[in-house]
Amino acid sequence: MLTFIARRLALAVATVLAVVTIAFVLGRATGEPGALLLPDNATQADVEALNSALGFDRPLLVQYLDTLVGLVTGDFGDSYRLRESALGLVLERVPATIELAFWAFLIGLALALVAALTIQLSGSRVLRAIVGWAGALRQSVPDFFFALLLVLVFSVLLGALPSLGRTSYASLVLPVITLATGQFVMYLRLLDAALSEQAGQDFVRTAIAQGQRRSTVLFTRMLPNAIVPVLGMAGLNLGGLLGGTVVVEVVFAWPGLGKLLTDAVSQRDFPIVQAGLVFVALAFVIVNTAVDVLVRRIDTRTAAA
Amino acid sequence: MSTVLSIENLRVETDGENPRTLVDGVSLRVDRGESLGVVGESGSGKSLTVLAALGLLPVGTRVTAGRIVLDDRVLVDVEADVWAGERELRALRGRTAAMVFQDPMSSLDPLRAVGAQVASAVRVHAPRLGRRAARERAIELLTSVGVRDAAERAATRPHQWSGGMRQRAMIAMAIAHDPLLLIADEPTTALDVTVQAQVMDLLAEVRERTGSALVLITHDLGLVAENSDRLAVMHHGRVVETGDTRAVLAAPTEDYTRRLMAAMPAEQERAIPAVRTGQADALIAENIVVDYRVSGRKTPVRAVDGVSVRIAAGETVAVVGESGCGKSSLAKAVLGIQPASAGTVIVGGVPVRSELAARTAAERELAQIVFQDPYSALDPRLTVHELVAEPLRIRRVYDRATVATLLADVGLDESYAKRLPGQLSGGQRQRVGIARALALRPRLLVLDEPVSALDVSIQAQVLTLLDTLQREHGLGYLFISHDLGVVRSIADRVIVMQHGRVVEEAPTAQIFSDPQHPFTRQLLAAVPRLDGPRRTARTAAA
Repeated sequence: MLTFIARRLALAVATVLAVVTIAFVLGRATGEPGALLLPDNATQADVEALNSALGFDRPLLVQYLDTLVGLVTGDFGDSYRLRESALGLVLERVPATIELAFWAFLIGLALALVAALTIQLSGSRVLRAIVGWAGALRQSVPDFFFALLLVLVFSVLLGALPSLGRTSYASLVLPVITLATGQFVMYLRLLDAALSEQAGQDFVRTAIAQGQRRSTVLFTRMLPNAIVPVLGMAGLNLGGLLGGTVVVEVVFAWPGLGKLLTDAVSQRDFPIVQAGLVFVALAFVIVNTAVDVLVRRIDTRTAAA
Repeated sequence: MSTVLSIENLRVETDGENPRTLVDGVSLRVDRGESLGVVGESGSGKSLTVLAALGLLPVGTRVTAGRIVLDDRVLVDVEADVWAGERELRALRGRTAAMVFQDPMSSLDPLRAVGAQVASAVRVHAPRLGRRAARERAIELLTSVGVRDAAERAATRPHQWSGGMRQRAMIAMAIAHDPLLLIADEPTTALDVTVQAQVMDLLAEVRERTGSALVLITHDLGLVAENSDRLAVMHHGRVVETGDTRAVLAAPTEDYTRRLMAAMPAEQERAIPAVRTGQADALIAENIVVDYRVSGRKTPVRAVDGVSVRIAAGETVAVVGESGCGKSSLAKAVLGIQPASAGTVIVGGVPVRSELAARTAAERELAQIVFQDPYSALDPRLTVHELVAEPLRIRRVYDRATVATLLADVGLDESYAKRLPGQLSGGQRQRVGIARALALRPRLLVLDEPVSALDVSIQAQVLTLLDTLQREHGLGYLFISHDLGVVRSIADRVIVMQHGRVVEEAPTAQIFSDPQHPFTRQLLAAVPRLDGPRRTARTAAA
């Protein structure tokens, strides 16, 4: 287990390094930020003066090394536009992002688990058809539109929930519902397919032929075997959620990472882009390592390999 | 009453608008302590019949007529509209009647320790037994079925157990509650012949202890002859013949039983060899060594340790041995799929490099392979014509007529050309596999258990086809098999392998009449035969 974690740490470092390098190259390839930061009527001399003040007139290699040093020391520089520490700006947004991602993920996965197990226990084709239809309906509606529908119903018509900002737990409800329903549909599909596959396994038949209850077999035999591939998918997905969910953040004016990062990219605000990407990459690696550890606990065959 | 299980006029049909009848009018009776053999080919309904008895029919099938009585309890009586509930069935499963399934590899939960699985089988019908007591009982059971160091091994997972050991664990679970009836559905089909003998010995031994009756479902007449008191032969969902095992096999009255017996590989060698002189040998493999690197181990595992094989044109050389003896690794080394780490391979007179990737196209054409499982060896989305045409297209020598000739050679006429593998029987698929292997006119065919997935009657047809093709094309066959009966009827010479080495090599007749090595003798003795020694488990319970 120790060598496994050590290997994962090395991989994490490599991942972050690769992400930063790619971001650096792509960022520089799209031009210098001076012109974007200044008003339209700024002269070429003004633009160049700003670029050189920001250090863009230095050789690329020096700029790159500078970025790497910043990466190691945790100093990504100040945001060009906001004149504040880029890392500080990113970290300020992180709690909101984690809060949203965590609840959406947890609620989506838990509901999917409950629904998939209920379908298996009842053996009802009607129930599966209904849930499947509702899922298809949800998936056929884009997130932003679904979010607007929720706002229309719960905020405008019923006046029950806030539609903007991050002010109270109530303001979490609508964005979480928007994301969780999407998560729910995906996990339900995966779990239902995995459980149905397990239902046909010989060892499931063995257990039933021994006189085990079908519900016991479902929970002790089918579920552990079915959950392994779903967990792998869940890891990737939670990592994605932690990277920010721009659409939902924009609709609900949620102060998360996604909006900050997209704005930073379009404004060439490199310090924020770098700091944000490092956080996202780290979150991704940590979540996936946690999932792998979990999978290895459930399925010891993978640990042996 | 002394009857444990009685099935009367059972009919099983598929669900839906146009039900298909899978089992029709089947009546079977099993008395206390006796052993009933149920024999039939795939699709004969033999498994469905007993699965129905425990309410374990697969989804999409149901009982539509008949009566099933287990231990004096009426479980199903369609006429009287009696249907045992899930709860009642659950109380019987594993306690009154317990099952041992075919494939011990997939019949155990891969994620749970074997001991825990046995313990949970114990606790199903003894819920008041504490966890610790159940675990102790599990270890006791495992020890009683011959698992050594059961206390330590109980904590390990199924993938760390061999096939034979897993089947022992399955039996341990089945006898946890001293059931009146053991139902064994092809319990040894997935196992080596020597392991099969051990498992059948074990079944007889535990029945002696528990007094359980046995229903042995199998396609193997020899196995039934040695392990059953009475016999029921099933065909197309019906029982065609039933009676005392010895009496039926000595004088079968039904045509189908006779056909089944005739299809068993003859206990004689083939009469006319097909060896051609004056042609280059199909294969000369010398001092082949195959090593596998295993992660976490510094020294590689040696699967084949200096084996030499020579096959003349038109000659069949069989390689036999238990799983893990290196016979498949040897075949892979010849083909270059698993490159030999030492040794030379000469195919059809042409020395070839050990790695497949290093061989030229012309060199690769020389040796082709026919796989064991015709169900997974063919791309389900390609038609028969396309499957056979594929190697020709790759070598840019495709034309329609060649494909038609190849298909005709293996006994498939024009009407098969447009079919998909899903529309073919197992035997027909294997014919396609053979036609595909022959497409590039190889000198050597590697036949890796080519008939072990097929029913006996189909086996005989495919073996005849292989014989004909060999005579026609002067092919050399490297025939990998664990089935000594099949080997005897097709091979000219036999190589016996154990632990990666050749322990005996001799002409077929000599191997069977005068085996020299103890391991060869052990292999031969383990083969079930119609006139083999009877395993009796008659006990006081009878």
